Amino acid sequence: MLDHRVGHDPALGPSGSTMRTISSFFRRHPRLSLASVLTAPVAWLLIVYIGSLAFMIVSALFQLDEQSQEPTTELTAENLRIAFTRSEFLQVVLKSVGVAVAVTLLCFALALPMAFYIAKVAKPWARRALIVAVLLPLWAGYLVKGYAWKAMLRPASEFGINTDGGFLTSVFGWTPGFGWTAVILSLSYLWLPYMVLPIYAGLDRLPPSLLDASGDLGARPLRTFRSVVMPMLVPSIAAGSLFTFSLSLGDFIIPNIVTEGKVRLVGKFIESTLNAPNQPLAAAITLWPLLIIVVYLVGLKRLGAFESL
Amino acid sequence: MKTSTRRTRRFGACLATLTLVVAACGDDDDATDTPGTEATDGTDAPTATTADTTADTAAGDTTPADAGTQPAGGLPTELGEGEGEVNLIAWAGYVEDGSTDPAVDWVTEFEETTGCTVNVQLGNSSDEMVQLMQTGEYDGVSASGDATLRLIAGGEVAPVNVDLIPNYADVFEDLKLQSHNSVDGQPYGVPHGRGANLLVFNTDLYTTAPDSWGEVFESTSAAAGSVSIYDSPIYIADAALYLMATQPDLGITNPYALDQEQFDAAIALLEAQEGLAGQYWALYTDQQAALEGGTALAGTTWQVIVNLAQANGAKIDAVKPKEGSTGWSDTWMISSQAAHPNCMYMWMDWIISPKANAAVAEWFGEAPSNTKSCDMTAVPEHCDIFHAGETEYWEDVWYWTTPEETCLDGRSDVTCVPYTEWVNAWNTLRA
Repeated sequence: MLDHRVGHDPALGPSGSTMRTISSFFRRHPRLSLASVLTAPVAWLLIVYIGSLAFMIVSALFQLDEQSQEPTTELTAENLRIAFTRSEFLQVVLKSVGVAVAVTLLCFALALPMAFYIAKVAKPWARRALIVAVLLPLWAGYLVKGYAWKAMLRPASEFGINTDGGFLTSVFGWTPGFGWTAVILSLSYLWLPYMVLPIYAGLDRLPPSLLDASGDLGARPLRTFRSVVMPMLVPSIAAGSLFTFSLSLGDFIIPNIVTEGKVRLVGKFIESTLNAPNQPLAAAITLWPLLIIVVYLVGLKRLGAFESL
Repeated sequence: MKTSTRRTRRFGACLATLTLVVAACGDDDDATDTPGTEATDGTDAPTATTADTTADTAAGDTTPADAGTQPAGGLPTELGEGEGEVNLIAWAGYVEDGSTDPAVDWVTEFEETTGCTVNVQLGNSSDEMVQLMQTGEYDGVSASGDATLRLIAGGEVAPVNVDLIPNYADVFEDLKLQSHNSVDGQPYGVPHGRGANLLVFNTDLYTTAPDSWGEVFESTSAAAGSVSIYDSPIYIADAALYLMATQPDLGITNPYALDQEQFDAAIALLEAQEGLAGQYWALYTDQQAALEGGTALAGTTWQVIVNLAQANGAKIDAVKPKEGSTGWSDTWMISSQAAHPNCMYMWMDWIISPKANAAVAEWFGEAPSNTKSCDMTAVPEHCDIFHAGETEYWEDVWYWTTPEETCLDGRSDVTCVPYTEWVNAWNTLRA
C-alpha cells in the first residue's frame, strides 16, 4: 500500500504536507522504510535468479515426450540417472574440470608477476597505463577473439588457398594446432584480466610497511613473499580463480571454435542436448557444473579464502 | 563499537528476509482491497483458457482420425491482406535478398509485390529448427524430413490448404503427399526442393575424383586426419548407408531404420572415424573456412558450401559416391501459432513459383520442386545436372527423416532405435 503512495506521489503533484507525512511515517517505522528499499532487489534475487534455478532443477525430473520432444509434466528420475551414471558423461565432466584447472593455474602463473609489477614496481603513470592495457581486451567482442585465435592457430597446409598457415606458424614456425592446447591457451587469454585485477587490488592494499618490517626482521624476499604477501593475497587469488574456473567450466563456444568442433566440453554438451531438443536431460547435465562450483566454493571456504573478506 | 556494528548487520539481514514476507502481505491486501487487482485476476483466467483451447486444437490437428474425416477442418479457405511482415526459419541459402551476392535475390521482389517484409533466422540444424519452432515466434520454417514429423507430432505446424497455393499444382508428383510432408492425405506444407549430401574432396590431393564414402570412413583414406564430418545425430545414417553397401550381412535396408545391432555397428564405425577427423562442422561457414584453408581435405558437404568455397578459390570439388547418399527433401511449413499467416501463405506460393524456385535451386545446388522451374534456370541443364525429374536417380538418395521405434523399413519383428537414442548416442560418441 505504502509503496503505491510513494510511487504515485510525484505524479499527483507533491504538496509539502503529504511529503512531510510520508517521511515522518517512515521515520517512525524504520523497518518499513528498509522494506520499501529492499523488496525489489530481494524479489529479483529470489524469483528471477534462484527461482529460475529451482525451476531448472525441477525440470530435470520431467519426462520427454518421444514424439514431439517437448517436456511433459510426468516425473522421472531417468534423466538424472543418465546424467550421473554414464561413463562418457563423467569423462566429459572430468575433461572440462581439467581444462578449467589448467586455465586457472596458467592464469595465476601469468597474473601474479603481472599484478606484482603493476602494483609494486611500476611508476604511478605506468601503473595506470598497464591497468588499461590489461582491461583493453575486454572491450573486444568475445566471438572476435575466438575466431582471431582460430586464425592465429591455423596450421600451414599445402592444400589451402593460402598455404602459409596462421600467425603462430608464420612467426614462430610452430602451432599447437586445433586441439586441447588451443582450448587452454585461448581460454587463458580470455579470462586473464579477471585474475589480474583481484590480485592487483589485493597487492595494492598491502601496506609497504609490512614488507619493510619483514625485511628488517631478516627475511629474504622469498620468505617475505611466502609468509607475508601470499597469506594476505589468498582472498584475491580465490576471487580470481573463481572467475577463471567457472568461466572456463561453462564456456561452450570458444573450445568449439578453436578445435574445429573436435573438443566438446560440458557446456557444449549441454547446448547440444538442449538443441536436440531434450530440455530435461540438458537440465540434468547442468547439475554437474552447478555441483562442481558448489564444491569449489566450499573448498575455498575450508581453505579460509573468505575469512578476511 | 564493533559489537554494535555486528548487531546492526544481523538486524539488517533479518530485515532483508522479512522484507519478502512484508511484500507478500502487501500484495494480499491489495488483492482483497482494490478492485483493480481483481480485474487483472479476471483477465488472467480467460487467457489461460484460450491457451488451453489452442493447445487442444493443435493436438487435435495431429491426430490422423481428425485429419482424415475432416481434411478441411480448421484450414483457411481464403487469404486476406498481407500482415506486413513474415518471420522465417530457413537453411542458409534459402532466403536470399541480395546481401550475400547482389545477383542472388528472390526476396526483394516478393517484398515489393506482397508488402510482406521478410525476416529470416538461419537454422543451423534440423534440431535447432525444431527448438526454434517450439518458441512459437516464427511464422514458418524450411524443414527437412528429420524435422517435419517431429513438428507435426508436436503440433508446432498447421496443415496447409494447398488450394490457396496456385503453384502447388506444378510440383513434381513424387514430392507430393510423402510420409514426411503429409498425414493421411493432408499436406503439411509445400515441397521446396531436394538434394544429396555430397562427398567433397581437395583436388590437389585427389587428382582423380574419389567415388566412395570410404574416403571419410576408412583408415586408408588419403585424407586421414583431415576429414570434415557433419556434427549432427542424423549423420549416424551416413555411417549406416556406408555399412549398407560394405557389410550386407548386417541387413540394413534403410539407414533410418536400424535395430540395436545395426545401430551399434554404425556407432562403432563412427567411433573409428574419430581418428580420421579434422573437423566436426555444424556451421556451414566453418566447413567453408576449413575447405579454403586446406585443413579439411575430404568430407560430407552441401553443394552450396562447395559453391561458396570455390568462388573464393578453394581447390575442391564434390561428387555423389557409388554407395548413394543421404539427402534432404525440404518442406516449407506454416506455424500453428503464425502471427502472419497470410504473408506465410504468400511466401509458400512464392518460394515454389517457377522463378524463385529455380533461383533457390541454382544457388543452393539442389533439384527444384516445381516442374516449370527447369525452363527458368540460368544454366539450362541445371535440372539435368541435379536430376530433378529422374525418379531413378533419387532411389539411392535417402532423405533425412525421423527414426522411430516402429521400423520405417516395415520390419515388425524388431524395434528400431528412436531418434532420441540417436541424439544420446551421438552426444556420447562426441564426449
